[in-house]
Amino acid sequence: MTKKLAIIASKGTLDGAYPPFLLASTAAALGFEVKIFFTFYGLQLLNKELSLKVSPLGNPAMPMPVPVPSIIQIIPGLEWFATWMMKRKLKQKGVASVEDLREICIESDIELIACQMTVDLFDFKEENFIDGISCGGAATFLEFASDADITLYI
Amino acid sequence: MSDFDVELDTSGLNCPLPVLKARKALSEMSAGQRLHLIVTDAGANQDIPAFSKMTGNPLIESNEQDGKLHFILEKGAA
Repeated sequence: MTKKLAIIASKGTLDGAYPPFLLASTAAALGFEVKIFFTFYGLQLLNKELSLKVSPLGNPAMPMPVPVPSIIQIIPGLEWFATWMMKRKLKQKGVASVEDLREICIESDIELIACQMTVDLFDFKEENFIDGISCGGAATFLEFASDADITLYI
Repeated sequence: MSDFDVELDTSGLNCPLPVLKARKALSEMSAGQRLHLIVTDAGANQDIPAFSKMTGNPLIESNEQDGKLHFILEKGAA
């Protein structure tokens, strides 16, 4: 009996993109059937061109080379710098890029489902999303999740 | 190290790439063939046995040499 993994991806940051794509691709390699339901900011992970960022603002746990007080973190460019630094570190440590992991998910026949309600809410254009995704709502996810061995909300 | 048919060196790559690449390599092999997997990701000590168990590709041997982890996986029948 094939094991099933159901994931809700609700975050659209660089660091928030890793857990769903990483776990989904690995689960597929372990023989799981996987579906990811993208809702709210998680929809950004479906854009053809990903421009994901990480922000130290409001995230006191983010390691920084030097302590940066919150008041300084609002300076334009700091988010860009933090993102650049994170991407460099990921590469140095041999971690796959989000783009690569997403590609592996697609190659592994993982079903990527865009939440129709949030697509409408934010006026997202489906033509900006990658090909091969489907749209669905709460009942679509719950039907699969009701039968899943693992369900994650990320 | 036991004999093997295919060698895959994932040195420098981090989780989950060694597992993903091992899966791909095994999918191109026939049942009974053996894969020599080289990994520098320290988490592989737990991850590769878990991968082996879940995918039915027996782990024949594992050891550490020159700071690298070496695994011999046999392609299962399924």
